Amino acid sequence: MQKQLTEEEIYNLIANIPDPEIPVITIEDLGVLREVKVDQDKVIVLITPTYSGCPAMKTIEDDIKTILHQAGVQNFEVKTVFSPVWTTDWLSEEAKERLRKYGISPPEKSSTNKSILTTNLIFCPRCNGSNTELVSQFGSTACKALYKCKDCLEPFDHFKCH
Amino acid sequence: MSEINSLLSEYTLRIGDTSLIIGQRLGEWCGHGPILEEDIALTNISLDLIGQSRAFLTYAGEIEGKGRTEDDLAFFRDEREYRNRILAEQPNGDYAQTMLKQFFISVYQYFFFSHLQKSKDETLAALAEKSLKEVTYHVRHSSEWIIRFGDGTPESNLRTLSAIDTLWRYTGDMFETDEVDEKLLQLGIAVNMNQVKLQWEQKIKEVFEAATLQIPTDDFMIGGSTKGFHSEHLGHLLAEMQVLPRSFPGAQW
Repeated sequence: MQKQLTEEEIYNLIANIPDPEIPVITIEDLGVLREVKVDQDKVIVLITPTYSGCPAMKTIEDDIKTILHQAGVQNFEVKTVFSPVWTTDWLSEEAKERLRKYGISPPEKSSTNKSILTTNLIFCPRCNGSNTELVSQFGSTACKALYKCKDCLEPFDHFKCH
Repeated sequence: MSEINSLLSEYTLRIGDTSLIIGQRLGEWCGHGPILEEDIALTNISLDLIGQSRAFLTYAGEIEGKGRTEDDLAFFRDEREYRNRILAEQPNGDYAQTMLKQFFISVYQYFFFSHLQKSKDETLAALAEKSLKEVTYHVRHSSEWIIRFGDGTPESNLRTLSAIDTLWRYTGDMFETDEVDEKLLQLGIAVNMNQVKLQWEQKIKEVFEAATLQIPTDDFMIGGSTKGFHSEHLGHLLAEMQVLPRSFPGAQW
């Protein structure tokens, strides 16, 4: 019988699971991984969805289950929680920098005070120019919008402030 | 099941069903969008809505306490058991009609969820807060198209006018209430639909003015969604959506 892993040990085992769509950030960076609790013999992993319909959530859940199985954890449950509601404010500056290097313009600093019909200044992740144009509010995944840089003429993804 | 749970389950079902049915309708545009960006936009919106409905239906099933899952509720209920707003099931028509329908519903959801996030029911409040963030993008998207269509070419203006003629009569149903709303409103759980209606009308007026469109003066409205009445279109939509799980119960892919 294997010794019981602590909450922290389990958390560290799964924290580095990459996002299936954007592999430069982990589920810990994203804030999708909320908490690991050990209740007597049962391990409970709490995750929260980024967008309600994000298909990556299923993959993330499967990845967590695979790692827990491999670590010999048998009695566990992955639970989805909705409160507090996910926000891009949880992304660290360091994670945002990784996004930028990967070619995705990171979300703005704060998601608060956002009106329905305003847009903020978006910087090109390649040339850092601010002469950019929104092509579509809906991009290759639910969390991204499609922009074009009018300085370097490259299209790029913007991780929406949410 | 306690009386409150029975009311709450019904109330949650109405929210989830509305999101599910618009999501399913929008999905019909997948691969048929007028341009690639719009194809992606509509399917993204559809995905948000189906995601929202999954959470609401799961919760409705939990409170009901009969062990029904989101899939049981989505795939094994007939027309008259569906509680979606009648506008949601209306056919897509041309792009003006799809966008107008989306605009009416997204603005409705925007104000509805703005109030529901203050609900005393913590789960409904959390789901509303999450949905609201997504719906904010939907409102922006469809508002821009309505302005472009209304204030665009004579052809796009004409098509928008025709869409208003077709859809306006279903808008009143979005604000229909019954004793479920009244009892839950007293408990601080449900939303005051009179407030939502006023805010909805204000926003529609604002965008219509920018789009050089008139609000119809005809106030004849078709209602009945709270009792499970529907137009002839819902049955066809459900047939397509439900055929696989009903033909092969328990199928997995």
